[in-house]
Amino acid sequence: MAPAVVLEGIQKSFGKLEVLSGIDLEVEEHEVLCLIGASGSGKSTLLRCVNLLEPVDSGRIVIHGEDVTAREVDVNEVRRRIGIVFQAFNLFPHMSVLKNVTLGPRKALRVPRRDAEERATELLTRFGLADKRDEYPDRLSGGQQQRVAIVRALAMEPDIMLLDEVTSALDPALVGEVLSVIRDLAQSGMTMLIATHEMGFARETADRVCFLDQGRILEQGTPDRIFTEPVQPRTQEFLRRIIEAGRM
Amino acid sequence: MFTVLALVIVTAPGWDDFRKSFLNTHLWWSSFPDIARGFLVNIRVFCISEVLILILALGIAILRSLPGPVFFPIRALAIVYTDVFRGLPTIMVVYILAFGIPALQLTDASWYRSQTYWSIIALTLVYSAYVAEVYRAGIQSVHPSQEAAARSLGLSRWQALRHVVLPQAVRRVVPPLLNDFIGLQKDTALLSIVGPVEAFRQAQIAESANFNFSVYVPASLLFLALTIPLARLTDYLIERDRRRFLASGGV
Repeated sequence: MAPAVVLEGIQKSFGKLEVLSGIDLEVEEHEVLCLIGASGSGKSTLLRCVNLLEPVDSGRIVIHGEDVTAREVDVNEVRRRIGIVFQAFNLFPHMSVLKNVTLGPRKALRVPRRDAEERATELLTRFGLADKRDEYPDRLSGGQQQRVAIVRALAMEPDIMLLDEVTSALDPALVGEVLSVIRDLAQSGMTMLIATHEMGFARETADRVCFLDQGRILEQGTPDRIFTEPVQPRTQEFLRRIIEAGRM
Repeated sequence: MFTVLALVIVTAPGWDDFRKSFLNTHLWWSSFPDIARGFLVNIRVFCISEVLILILALGIAILRSLPGPVFFPIRALAIVYTDVFRGLPTIMVVYILAFGIPALQLTDASWYRSQTYWSIIALTLVYSAYVAEVYRAGIQSVHPSQEAAARSLGLSRWQALRHVVLPQAVRRVVPPLLNDFIGLQKDTALLSIVGPVEAFRQAQIAESANFNFSVYVPASLLFLALTIPLARLTDYLIERDRRRFLASGGV
């Protein structure tokens, strides 16, 4: 079977600033891959490129054997199969939780309203948000908002989930509830690319960890190897700083 | 302060003349029914053009917000439109359309020769240029991450605009929109210069019949009766938004 995601020589610049300088990466079906690295190392941009929110300058992205960087590809169709959750939640503030979750299925997948709402209610219940169904996002805690954002992405029944530092904007006390949702997803076999600063979480959940530095994958391997015996000096330095900051 | 002002006015050498020609209460009452009937024309023109403006302006604002080099010609057209109709004095647009287009004698239809009809079009064209800018400011005030979130769900660019960006944009611009409509209500008096007998024109007729300016007082009051409630509504909505903003933690 073809890998879930294949990246070949991905390059991306914003003006003169080169953010991704040739990324090669394969993600297997059901694999949980964590991207670690300092802010500005290209983790977020990489995720945004995978679901085509950012066009790449060169290189190929192949999803389940289909080259999605080809010109004639319907980007909307590709995005429907790839869920993304953002650092700042990006819920729609003018819609109730239920509307937030059903918008994608109803408008992009043309699911009838009743079916979409039924499915959304199931998902919300599964993630402990059933009583928030009719609330507006600004009435929820950050942790609840981020869980709604995850449910919103899951409602599209994606094959792949991209999580972009989903706990970075949260009060430390609320990080746990979001991480446990992601752990559940990992156990259910969801293919995931996770950009994260939560090293403890990456270590216990990831099948593989990639260290990004200046737009390149400098080092990758099993969590145990990366966290206990990193080879590259820059990886060692990054991890030492994280430990000094008490984040691991 | 007001007492001083009042004293200055009533002791002015022309006060008696002024009182006769502006404060003739008898004429206030006798001219009122005709002027009120004329004012119905203002209200009708106002209501029709308001609906047309809301639609046309939104269209222009959307065209002007289209991204990428492909849409440059369309954006350029929208920019030319707003520049031209914001730059021209409203009174000239009313003149040109209401007299110019019927003069072309393209058809014999009665709507074609109606100055009221062309005045509505003129007001719509002019005010749409302003209102389009208001809409555009609203669209730009919605953070790009909202569109990104919508597109990431697989919604098309149009669906993202329609369901996510526009609803938020329109909510934010309701107060400035109402502000523009206060201006529009007053500008319906411009119809008088091209013929239709609306409130101001009716007052002019009454003025020349009586050689007395008092008739403008009821006409002015009618305009105020419409614009002041709208102004208060605008204030109320602004205040409500401010409270909501504070209640949501100011984010």
